[in-house]
Parts: sequence; structure tokens; C-alpha cells
Amino acid sequence: MQAYLDNSATTRPFDDVRELMRTIEDKTYGNPSSMHAMGVLAENHVKEASETLAGILKVKEKEICFTSGGTESDNLALTGCARANSRAGKHLITTRIEHPAVLQTMKHLEEEGFEVTYLDVDGNGVLHPETLEKALRSDTILVSVMHVNNEIGSVQPIEELARLTKAYAPSILFHTDAVQSFGKFRILPKRMGIDLLSVSGHKIHGPKGIGFLYVDEHVKITPILYGGGQQKGLRSGTENVAAIAGMAKAAELEYEDLQSKTENLYALKEDFIRKLLTLEAVTVNGLGEGSGLPERVRASAPHIVSASFDKVRSEVLLHALEEQGVYVSAGSACASNKPAVSETLKAIGVKKDLLDSTIRFSFSTDTTKEELDHAFESLSRILPMLRKYTRH
Amino acid sequence: MHYSSFLIKYTEIAIKGKNRYLFEDALVSRIRQVLKRVDGDFAVTKNQGRIYVDVEGDYDFDETVAALQCVFGITGICPVVKTEDEGFEKLAKDVIRYLEEAYPSLDQTFKVNARRARKNYPMNSMELNMELGGVILDRFENMKVDVHHPQIMLTVEIREHIFIYSHVIPGPGGMPVGTNGKAMLLLSGGIDSPVAGYMISKRGVKLDAVYFHAPPYTSERAKQKVVDLAKQIAKYAGTIYLHVVNFTDIQLYIYEKCPHDELTIIMRRYMMRIAEHIAKETECLGLVTGESIGQVASQTMQSLASTDEVCTMPVYRPLIGFDKQEIVAVSEKIDTYETSILPFEDCCTIFVAKHPVTKPNLKVIKRHEKHLEEQIDELFAKAIETKELIIIKDCE
Repeated sequence: MQAYLDNSATTRPFDDVRELMRTIEDKTYGNPSSMHAMGVLAENHVKEASETLAGILKVKEKEICFTSGGTESDNLALTGCARANSRAGKHLITTRIEHPAVLQTMKHLEEEGFEVTYLDVDGNGVLHPETLEKALRSDTILVSVMHVNNEIGSVQPIEELARLTKAYAPSILFHTDAVQSFGKFRILPKRMGIDLLSVSGHKIHGPKGIGFLYVDEHVKITPILYGGGQQKGLRSGTENVAAIAGMAKAAELEYEDLQSKTENLYALKEDFIRKLLTLEAVTVNGLGEGSGLPERVRASAPHIVSASFDKVRSEVLLHALEEQGVYVSAGSACASNKPAVSETLKAIGVKKDLLDSTIRFSFSTDTTKEELDHAFESLSRILPMLRKYTRH
Repeated sequence: MHYSSFLIKYTEIAIKGKNRYLFEDALVSRIRQVLKRVDGDFAVTKNQGRIYVDVEGDYDFDETVAALQCVFGITGICPVVKTEDEGFEKLAKDVIRYLEEAYPSLDQTFKVNARRARKNYPMNSMELNMELGGVILDRFENMKVDVHHPQIMLTVEIREHIFIYSHVIPGPGGMPVGTNGKAMLLLSGGIDSPVAGYMISKRGVKLDAVYFHAPPYTSERAKQKVVDLAKQIAKYAGTIYLHVVNFTDIQLYIYEKCPHDELTIIMRRYMMRIAEHIAKETECLGLVTGESIGQVASQTMQSLASTDEVCTMPVYRPLIGFDKQEIVAVSEKIDTYETSILPFEDCCTIFVAKHPVTKPNLKVIKRHEKHLEEQIDELFAKAIETKELIIIKDCE
């Protein structure tokens, strides 16, 4: 039996998505910028996709800018806004647990002369509004806080964070990396005070190599790619028509019956965590606050479980699970001669011994109870075996 | 300049007496093999004790040279301009044009080295040297003759056609692969063993390889890395049969039964035993490892002695006297370095003790190996039985 539990890395494209994309590649392969009918047909697919996505976010069509994925969306949002608004100030704020697409871009912006404040989070991986409040300054131009953390699934109080940012100064831009939350949470940028929102296609059962950035129409932003001036000059390059349509289709399907899907995921997650906690020497990371398990499980995202297994190296456990057809991610990719310890896990205070013993299980709407049971059974069989042979 | 031929130089083969043709034939067939990597219409011929590569039409010069530089046995590659014999006047013109194109500054010292292989040519070698030298001196006032250490040694060969060449691009040297039997290389994902394979292969030895993996402790990517390394070696060594042995059970059994500071030594002794077993089955004449004295605990003189002790076949260690930097230099030259340093754990490091023995006592090791008696034969047989064979072709 197979259990694909690495959905935060990527998801299986929906059948409808693949079919739609194939039809478009077959029949409507024109360039959306071409003046003839073939171009118009292709352009219509792009328009339709913008409409769908704008409809989900309840924003304007023209506020959707297609990119090559989450990384490019983050790069465009941060670099584009920092450069365009540098006269108003050079201070940027983010958290220590952002995806590298944000953290590395911030590092680069530091080299360009911007000053960046990296905010601490609590032991559950949540940013406290007071922490942000204290960091805001008169020269702050942009705040970037992810919605759902990709490693532990912690959820940030985005609406509150955006509100207090705007209360401090309405001109400060608020960016959210929603790569892990789009499709799992209802996100309404206008109501929540989000100016820029990054989304990736392949995390929601769409194709790889496509994503979009929502940019509020009032935001001052400069492009990072120059060329033929497509997408109102903000992102040059011929639009990846089939992938754009595929992503919109995936989003549409993902948001159908959102509530019942989410509840189902939470039920699976709760059951899985309950079982995990019966195992010896296991810590579940980033479990939220609350009195009972159901409440604590629901404080974080419905599809991510991070767990540390004492005295077991995550890479070995990952490969042992793989032999049972269970596919997961190592919390921190670590090899003997090149330790690359996860910043997120460090930031939430995971003990040093456990940093290299952490596994991420991530679900999708495809995930079944049978898969999770298989994963759990495999774990309970493998763990004692691996613990018998440990390095000294 | 358009070169339509390459003269292939080889030295060591020329002294192999009656076996010479065997070596030459091996060299010719290997050259044909590597030229399949390059687009172009190549013909490789052996003629009066020389090997020529002729090419019709368009081809990529750099790619061709790079391919030829993978052929052991070649000491030099001379790009040749080929012209027809239409009298001395025409030859003089061709020589002048060759020099103008190849050496635009035209201020070097030179020597003409004419060779008259076709004896009915009206001038002999000495006359040709003098006449051509005169023409060059008349034409280019800044060029001077230096018969002892010329900057340009201009060779003009009179054969059916006339060949003009002057520079020699170095080849890898060594002997054609396959002329010296076959050996089994213990290939890990590290820097050393691919270099060891290259060195042995350079002496004309064909290679098979064995890789030990230990899933789930080592990953599929670690195995892929070894396959990639083998592909890179195969560019020089020709097709390699890579035997992938699952070592996990043996390793865990040793871990369970033997003192942990001797784990690496005992493990290596079993790797050698398995490698030798496969080597015998595949008619190899020796084992090859990338060890170098004192590099790590398992490569001290004492450790080497105890791993050596289990083998009846000779174990070749071409890097035994190399420093790490020297090994790295070769691995960079043969383009295995970048792959070797990819960070995947191999099975030698997963259970490595903090302080492994550096001076193992063979008697003690043997006594501890007795603890394995109960199951080791069965595990050994299973490791051989379940091994996977991957054929690494050199033209992919």
C-alpha cells in the first residue's frame, strides 16, 4: 500500500486539471499576445482563469499577476515593492520562520541597502501581534508574514497583524505568503487588509511552474523581469496558458465544499496525532494552545503534522518509511557532511537532539484514513527497529 | 583553420614487440567507440605504424579533441592540415598559409621536420627541410631557425597526401583499455574510489565495479550518485558492470555482535570478501580500492593489513601514496569531483564510532568475527543473491 504524505512538497494534479491542460495544449496553443484568433482564444483562457481566481479571493481580475510559482511571487512582491517604495523608507519586517523564498529575498534586499527585522515566534510557531507592533517604525514600508508555515503548519493571525500594521500607518504594505494556505482557508485580502498575496499552483493539485501574486491595485510595485510587457508590464514573458488554466481549475475544485473538506482533514489529523502520541518518545511540534486535543489540533493548519522521534535520524526514518510505500519529508534535510538545520524548528525551540529527528507528514484532500493508518502502522513497526541501532 | 585529420600519437605501445598490433587494434577500436559521442563522419585508420582520424565535412573540433582525450594510450593528438601533392611550389604556399593561420604573430623560432614516407617524391627529407626553411625565412622576417629548441616544430609528411602539423594536444597517456585484463573496483560515493578506477583503467585495465548500499540508512539518491560517478569513469574506461550489493543486514549484524570501535574494519573485511567473491565470478584478476595510507582510521597500515588479509586476489590501491589534494586534482580533471562531494551518506559512515580503532590487532579482530558465525554465511549468500546489476555504457 502507498501513502503519499508529502503534499506540502507537491500534490497530485487533479484529473480534470490534466485533461483541461491537455486540451488547451492540443487546440489552443496560440500566444495570448498574438493579434489573430488563435491568440484571442488563448487570451480567453487566461482571462477566465483570472476571473476564477479573483472570484475566489473576491478581488479584481486585474489584480492577479501570473508568475512561475510561489518563489517568483514572493520575489516579485518583496523586491518589487521594496524598490518602488524605497523613498518612503528602507525598513522591512518579516518573521524568522518564513519560507526561503522570502528569507533569501530579504537577505538580498539587505545587500541593496534595506534594513530587515526578523521577528521571533512563540513555541507553537505563532507570531504575537505585540511583537509586530513593537517592531513597526516610521520608515517601515513593508511587512511580510506567511499565513501557514510549511514545516509545522502553524497559522498566523494574518487579519489582526494586517490591521495593526495599517493602524500604525496605512501606507505600510502587507504581504502574505499563502502558498500553504490557499485552498485550505478562505482568504479575502480586501477584508483582511492584505495588499499582496503569493500563491503556488502545484500545492493545490495544479501543475508545477505556475503561481500568481495578488497585487492590490493601489500598490506601488516595479517589475523584476523585463521584456515584452505582458501582464501590464508587471511580469513580462508569454503566459503559460495551459498551466494558468490548470491552476484556476484546481483552485475552483479545491474550494468546492471547503468547509466539509477542512473538517474531514482536521478529523484525520486529530486521529493521526492521537495515535502518534501513543508511541514512545514522540513529540508533535507546533500543536496549538487549547484545553483538549481537538482544540489544539484545530489551532494549526489541517494538513500538516510535524513530529520529532527521539534517537532516530529523520533521513533514515524517511527511507525506512519509503520502503513501506510511505512518502514524507524530513523536517530538516540533513546529511552527514552538510548539516542544514531548519530555521523554523530552531525558532520554535525544538531541542537540539530532535532537530535532526523531525518528520513532516502533509495531507491533501485526497488523503484517506487507510493511508494514515498504514503510515502509523509502519511507524510503530520501524521505530523500535531503528532505535536498536543508533550511532554513538 | 580547418583540420581534416588528426594524427594520434602513442609511445608505450610502440615498444610492445610482437604484441604491438594487439595494442594498436585496441586503441583503434576504442577511438572509434569514443567518436560515437561526436557528430561527424569520422574514419579511423592504421597506416604504416600510425593512427589517423580523418573527418569528412563539418564537425566540432573541441568536442572531438575532448573525446579523444578520454582514450587511454593516446599521448598526443595532432590536428593535421591535409593537402594534395601538386609540386613544391604549391606545398610551399600551403606551408606559408598554415603558419599565417596557426601563428598570426609570426615571430617564433622554428624547425622544419620533413618526413618522406613516399620514397618516389622528388626531394628527400633533408632537401625539403632546407627548401621549406628558406621559403619561411624569406617570407616572415621575424621568424628564426632553432634546430635544438624550436617554438614551432613544423612537421611535413609526404605520404599519399601531404600532412602539415605542428602542435600536439596532450592525450591522457596510459594503455588502451582491455589490453591488461579486468579488475573489480570498490566504488563508493566518495572522491577517492572513482579516481582509483580511473588510474587503474589508465593502465589498460577494464573495470567492473561493486557498490555497497544500506537502505534505509542510505538513500536512492546516494545510489544514483554512484551510478553517475560510474558513468563518468566509463567515459574513459568503457562499459562498466556495476554490481549493487545490499549491505544493511550484514552491517546491522556486525553492529549487534562486535565491538563498535571495530565496526568499520570488520565491515570493510566483509566488503572485500563480497567484492572478491563477485570478482571471481566475473573473471576479474584483482580488486581496486581508493585507499591512501593514513587518510582515515580504516586506512592505517594496520587497518590495511587487516582488510587485505581476507583477500586471496591482489588488491590494487593506486592512490596509496597520494595526498588528498593530489586526489582532488585528478578528480577535478576527470570531472568526478562535483558529483563526489554531493552530501549523501554512504554506508561507511552511518554507524561509525567516535573513536574507531586505528591499530587493529588482527588476532583480536578474527576472534570477534567468530561472534558472527551463526548467521554470517547465510547473510553473505543473501547479499550476493540479491545484488542488482547495472550496466553503465560509455556512450550514454
